[in-house]
Amino acid sequence: MDLVNTFLIGITSGTIYGLMAISIVLVWRSTRIVNFGVSGMALLSTYFGYEAMTRLESFWIGLAVAMIGGAVVGALVEILLIRLLEKHKSTGPIASVAPIIATLGLASLIRATAAMIWGGQDVRILAPVSNDGFTINGTTLVFSPLKLLILVTVLVLMLILSIIFQKTNIGLSLRASAYSPEIARLSGIKVNWVRTLGWALAGAAGAVAGMFETVNGNGALSPYSIESFLLLVIGFIAAVIGGLDSLIGAVIGGLVLGLMIAFVLMYVSSGLFFIAPFIILIIVLFIRPQGLFGAKAARRA
Amino acid sequence: MSLNVSNLTVHHGAICAISQVSIAVPTGKLAAIIGSNGAGKTTLLRTISGLKHPTEGSMMWKGEKIVGIKPEALVRRGISHVSEGKSVIPELTVRENLELGAIWRRNSKESKESIDQVVSIFPRLGERIKQRADTLSGGERQMLAIGRAIMAKPQLLLLDEPSLGLAPLVVEQIFQTIRDLTTSMNLTVLLVEQNAMGALKIADLGIVLNLGKVVAVNHAQTLIDDPAVRAAYLGY
Amino acid sequence: MHKKQSRDIFLFILGGVVLYFLSGMVDELRVYQGATIAVYVIAISSIILLTGYSGQVSLGNGALMAVGAYAAAVAHIELKLPIILCFVVAVLAAAIGGALLGAAAARLSGPYLAGTTLALAIGLPSLANQFSVLGGEQGLLFDVGFPPLSLGEEFTQYKWFFWIAGLAALISMWVVKNILGSRYGRTWRAIRGNEVAAQLCGINIARSKILAFTVSAGIAGLAGALLSMTIGTVSPSAFPLALSLSLLTGAVISGISTLGGAMIGSVVLVAIPELAEAVANRIGSSERVTTNLPGFLMYALLILTVLFVPDGPVEQHRARKAKHLALKQ
Repeated sequence: MDLVNTFLIGITSGTIYGLMAISIVLVWRSTRIVNFGVSGMALLSTYFGYEAMTRLESFWIGLAVAMIGGAVVGALVEILLIRLLEKHKSTGPIASVAPIIATLGLASLIRATAAMIWGGQDVRILAPVSNDGFTINGTTLVFSPLKLLILVTVLVLMLILSIIFQKTNIGLSLRASAYSPEIARLSGIKVNWVRTLGWALAGAAGAVAGMFETVNGNGALSPYSIESFLLLVIGFIAAVIGGLDSLIGAVIGGLVLGLMIAFVLMYVSSGLFFIAPFIILIIVLFIRPQGLFGAKAARRA
Repeated sequence: MSLNVSNLTVHHGAICAISQVSIAVPTGKLAAIIGSNGAGKTTLLRTISGLKHPTEGSMMWKGEKIVGIKPEALVRRGISHVSEGKSVIPELTVRENLELGAIWRRNSKESKESIDQVVSIFPRLGERIKQRADTLSGGERQMLAIGRAIMAKPQLLLLDEPSLGLAPLVVEQIFQTIRDLTTSMNLTVLLVEQNAMGALKIADLGIVLNLGKVVAVNHAQTLIDDPAVRAAYLGY
Repeated sequence: MHKKQSRDIFLFILGGVVLYFLSGMVDELRVYQGATIAVYVIAISSIILLTGYSGQVSLGNGALMAVGAYAAAVAHIELKLPIILCFVVAVLAAAIGGALLGAAAARLSGPYLAGTTLALAIGLPSLANQFSVLGGEQGLLFDVGFPPLSLGEEFTQYKWFFWIAGLAALISMWVVKNILGSRYGRTWRAIRGNEVAAQLCGINIARSKILAFTVSAGIAGLAGALLSMTIGTVSPSAFPLALSLSLLTGAVISGISTLGGAMIGSVVLVAIPELAEAVANRIGSSERVTTNLPGFLMYALLILTVLFVPDGPVEQHRARKAKHLALKQ
């Protein structure tokens, strides 16, 4: 029974990690930057969702508001921060990592701002369906309607995003702008706005991750609750496992990571929660640096 | 004159790449731009297509000023630029690369028709339509790049060293195709080439650049017959 | 070379004398802040070495500071070593940690390196909770003891901290300056400039990178032990991710490849909470604003610096001057 429970816990948290990974992969695929600010953006979006929920008393509206808010935040970040970064590109030692430092700083900045606006106390977000486990033959699983909902939503999101990227013109523009901005421009694509769109989509995905992570826990939201940086790291590792270029890889990477962490916590030691991601990342980068679905030479960004 | 460049000066940082260059190309004609390395040929094309800003001078296309206009906007005015070397996206398929060319039109029917047209010009692309562009040979990639440029239904085609790195037989084919396209689609073409002879043979007009300045402008055949040009660029 | 070295030694001694007098003139709070500044100077110089010189962006130096701090505390408590040796242990332990990290991370670059070190920064301090010898959540005591009686009865604890930290800062800065000016420093800069070219010159990239990690870690370990000295305890909460980020901020502000700028960065880092408090009091804001304003200011400063002065004010100025000269010709 323990085995099944561990498996289910792993799968559920894995889907949320997958969402964070999707957000990271979205930005990577459309702008070739790793957005370390995704945890901050997700936090802010979740607060937007919370505000909507207190007024309108519906989780789904709250989720929609969070997604829209996330998209707006993502777009604003691209317009205000990333474009400036591109313009002032230096040739010094931090040239290649300036976006990393800037987005990390952004995450912390957003967190401080959220704390200033909403305070450090927990506020609650109530889940739309119950989080009590399903009962089969008298034994209660850890799997609940809520977790099922999360799983299904993430899969649907992933499907929609994949279709957008692979089958639509806008998806082609997104990919072309990421692989070769110059050729994209010479094809008449307004690369700047396409990049903004990529960030907006990533912001929306992060918002969903934030909302679900909050309700999947105990519904408590505070600037420090999305154990933000840990989730960011795990999302990043999930993206790396999947190969930074693949949306499907992001989800699978998230699931794999969720399972690995769940099993480590259950069967090795629960205290390793914080260090396990690091060890797993090192191992993954050692064995297969381009991830499960990535192309070669992905190690050097 | 559909393309009119006057007194164009372009800098790379502190270095002057092009100085007071003036060229005029009539509609429907193919102008070959030749010159040795560093003469400023690539810079000239990149400035016309909007990738680079000139320090001074003016450029007119179909009677309208095009200085300071972004490349993506110029595509909509009929200017297509096939840049040197890296002009296909290796990670995308042949079809996707072609679709890119027409993407700004947002007309999928037209796009499909254009792809059929390109495939009829370059049958090899048709065979490989579903393959990723990085599986193509050098010649096929060049065809793909030109094909993509044509998808945009351009009126002005800027080609930067299409023969670079290609086998002589393939080069001949490409040049011939460029000539045929110029005539059949009534294109105005600027063809920058190191392969001076090959370029001049298919061109109407020849322009010789040296160290950022125009040193000769004439009918292509006249330049081929000119002993000075022959000695400097045609190897005999 | 010799002339420059003796000039440097003279400057450092002069600096020491100035600090000696300063410490007698200012109040306790400033002395304590002085000690903190000294600690930051050491910590920031470790980042300048690792990121500014060898070009590897690591967020793990906060964790390495923790390693040094814990090593020093354990050496003091379990092994009963004298304080000076505890600091040595701190340097060595952190250096070993750095070597291991370097070995794992030397093949990584860019976001992969940043992500890995980020994971370490989050994960490592929490390990202390697992082992009782490391004191768990509450941590260990690190008490360097009272100042020796020979310095007089008026000599306060904080002054003692300041002297130890200040002396350590002077010495380590001198050491770092020499390392950076040596063949190793040049090798690191070559790698940062163009790895392939460096390899073609016969430089063993991996070994050089690991060396950078090791040295940087040792320096960070010293800073960590000194930091714990000023706080009095070693616990996981003293080494959060925010510490690594603030070190990075301090380094970027100073000019990430200019060692001399480490002072600027350290002063800024210590000044920000004070500034924030002053601002918060001026506009009479709530508690939630006052608690978070320092963080807000610091991260805003980080972003602005990375955007507008990414190479640091000194380097940016030099670059502008060079461009001027080139254009004149």
